[in-house]
Amino acid sequence: MTRIVGIDLGTTNSLVAYMDKGTPCVISSRHERAMVPSVVALTDNGLIVGDPAKEHLTRNPERTVYSVKRFMGKSLADVQSELAYFPYTLTEKGGVIRIQLGEKSYSPPQISAMILKELKLRAEAFLGESITKAVITVPAYFNDSQRQATKDAGMIAGLEVLRIINEPTAASLAYGLQEKTQGTIVVYDLGGGTFDISILKLKNGIFEVLATNGDTHLGGDDFDQLITDLLLKDIRAQHGLDLSTHPDHMQAVRLQAEGAKIRLSETLKTTVSLDLPDGQGRFTRELTRDQLEALCSPLVERSLGPCRLALKDSGLNPTDIDEVVLVGGATRMPLVRQRVQALFGKEPHCDLNPDEVVALGAAVQADILSGGTTDMLLLDVTPLSLGIETMGGVMSSLIRRNTTIPASAKEMFTTYVDGQTGVDIHILQGERELAKDNRSLARFRLKVPPLPAGVPRIEVTFLIDANGILNVMAKDMRTGETQSIEVKPSYGLSDQEVERMIEDSFKFAADDVSARKVIEARLDAGALITTTEKSLADGGHLVPAEEVAKIRTALSALASAKEGTDPRAIRGRMADLEHAAKGLTVAMLDDSLKQGLQGKKISDVT
Amino acid sequence: MNGHTHHTDDRRELQMARSMCCHCQSEMAGEYFCDRCVKVQPVSKDLDYFSCFGLPRRLAIDTQVLEAKFYELSRAFHPDFYQNKSDAEQSISLGNSAMLNTAYRTLRDPIQRAEYLLDLEAGAVKDIRTSPPADLFEEILELQETLDEFRESDRSSQHAATLRAKLHTDRTNLEERQRDMEARLQQLFGRWDALQDRGEATEQARAERTLILKDMRDILSNRTYVKNIVNDLVATIA
Ligand SMILES: Nc1ncnc2c1ncn2[C@@H]1O[C@H](COP(=O)(O)OP(=O)(O)O)[C@@H](O)[C@H]1O
Ligand SMILES: [Mg+2]
Repeated sequence: MTRIVGIDLGTTNSLVAYMDKGTPCVISSRHERAMVPSVVALTDNGLIVGDPAKEHLTRNPERTVYSVKRFMGKSLADVQSELAYFPYTLTEKGGVIRIQLGEKSYSPPQISAMILKELKLRAEAFLGESITKAVITVPAYFNDSQRQATKDAGMIAGLEVLRIINEPTAASLAYGLQEKTQGTIVVYDLGGGTFDISILKLKNGIFEVLATNGDTHLGGDDFDQLITDLLLKDIRAQHGLDLSTHPDHMQAVRLQAEGAKIRLSETLKTTVSLDLPDGQGRFTRELTRDQLEALCSPLVERSLGPCRLALKDSGLNPTDIDEVVLVGGATRMPLVRQRVQALFGKEPHCDLNPDEVVALGAAVQADILSGGTTDMLLLDVTPLSLGIETMGGVMSSLIRRNTTIPASAKEMFTTYVDGQTGVDIHILQGERELAKDNRSLARFRLKVPPLPAGVPRIEVTFLIDANGILNVMAKDMRTGETQSIEVKPSYGLSDQEVERMIEDSFKFAADDVSARKVIEARLDAGALITTTEKSLADGGHLVPAEEVAKIRTALSALASAKEGTDPRAIRGRMADLEHAAKGLTVAMLDDSLKQGLQGKKISDVT
Repeated sequence: MNGHTHHTDDRRELQMARSMCCHCQSEMAGEYFCDRCVKVQPVSKDLDYFSCFGLPRRLAIDTQVLEAKFYELSRAFHPDFYQNKSDAEQSISLGNSAMLNTAYRTLRDPIQRAEYLLDLEAGAVKDIRTSPPADLFEEILELQETLDEFRESDRSSQHAATLRAKLHTDRTNLEERQRDMEARLQQLFGRWDALQDRGEATEQARAERTLILKDMRDILSNRTYVKNIVNDLVATIA
């Protein structure tokens, strides 16, 4: 069985984890932390991902994509209200958003695929094997289109997505594994862009989700936006400047806002300051925790609505809850903790790192799928009701929200006119009465043999699989023949489009790999330059002057190679420099040994 | 009654079709797994939910036992445990799990359980009531009028406040009715179970059986009707 990794593809940060002898672990690469910021930037050297891309947020805002998860499975109309906040250009093609980066435009699954590829590469480097299978997490409240888009992203990244699993339930797996908890638990997950609440019953290794609810548009980003608006207003008042027309300064303000918010989780007041454009001075203001809380309180309150609905759907009272678990970076805010504690009357748990717990749970689920963990089983639910449009534009519900998945419903269709050869079916997801108020998932045409009206009997099975994704099958009850159904997703990529994007990704893979090689070579070159310069400063006097000159020549040759885009040239100049500095290295080692003989321990010197 | 016999015949045929393993074609002895090739078998479409959980067809059931059996069968069928298996086994696991989840959801809730039993025993789908039950006719007509009036009223007016207060009282009354019906259902459930336990095949027992099923159906559909009215009422005054 090939290894399956677990991936938390977050709005803000993404992580990959694997199971090591029964314990889930997150993977971090040599120089970096485990969290990969979910940021993709187009630079002169191609596309880059993660921490290096994050640096381009202020430098190159039009070409740096963040929070792409907000656009997964969405149309442009869905996100109209927040377009102003994003410095990059969004367009739409076939109901799917496209993000313009330079000459090309990318669908959100393609951008997400770049993040996934980065995680895949990290896992491969760390584990020393090729990784082709993954479990990827999504917010529990993601609808079918958003789940499908996530699966598409995996495919584009060259990953077989064996399971889409809900973030709060993944977190519960990590907790359950650790503590062998029993009872009823609530997982409250407030990340950068989404909010989820899940209520689970844990009993003898079974994790049964009783109810889930949430808001796919509520998270730390929204707090940042409120603070940003406040700062912009202040800057306008104090300096008469409208920064909202300067994308790069907007990003700087946004980052300042987020920084202040994070600091205020620890302290009671903080200072925000930033340089204004064109040397117009500096803006400074103080922000207190009280001010922050007054600003964000309505948003925190908004998260409590879904909590109450989930309680109601599970038929429980707050007193029935045994434990409350907090997940997601934004739950570090004291206000969030207080409000959650007040609602459930229980001090929330946050023993596991809220940044890592979702990825850890995904690794546990991956291990269950590969047959490693056999005593745990997750029984999740579908977050939204599924139905079809009936006469008069009303939604007729077939599978109710919070139904345990896999779930299926059958519906019989017939014709109203003699010789009618098709029946149009419109599939919806949501809780509203009217079809138009719910999410349109897909439309398809059921083929019917031409017969007198009412004679054909076609049974359609709607099946929501363990990923929460809909599958549709049809069977002619008269002939017993099954019919394959071509479903056109309303807000998603068609199979052919995904196919083409996979091909594209192979085509560009070569570019991507070389871009990555350049970046790595540059990083390594930078490190070598720094250490060599330090050695010259500390031990230059130990070697002859002409050797120092040679080292300096090699140093500047490397520095100029580092500006170029040829990784082989960079590596070559690195080798030259190492060669030139060999004498210096040896001399410094000798010197330190000598000092050691003079009574110092070597460990003190090196 | 004819329809009922026909139903049983159908089931016998299907069970026969199922007595062969769908993977290795050997005679099947196991319940959900072939004894020979140990592979999972599709749960027969005609297996009723009670039999699926190994429970007798009774309306009082031990929910602890039901839950334990549900967890046990989930461990047997869930797609998580079929990741490395053939496509055929994966699709059986998916179908069985979906069926199991529906069965559990139906039997867990006493009302749905009774509706399902009625469907099994009387072969009829539950009646959907479109007009108020006779004993509530006047009351509900009046309520509908008040609701209409309230919907058209200026919500801040004194009149609306009076209507709202009246609707609150109506709600309390209807909820009281609903509880009455549920208590009567409980009695019928008990009578049904006792009758089944006695297992008599007399003419009298048959007559009682018919009577219980009829009463159950009437009260169930009245209850659904009242419940929908209450929901509508709650949504309007919220
Ligand atoms: N100490 C903190 N106080 C308040 N907010 C924080 C803190 N640390 C992180 N955050 C916020 O948490 C969010 C990211 O949470 P994370 O769980 O990583 O998100 P996602 O799962 O959406 O990627 C960001 O909005 C970030 O600003
Ligand atoms: Mg998250």
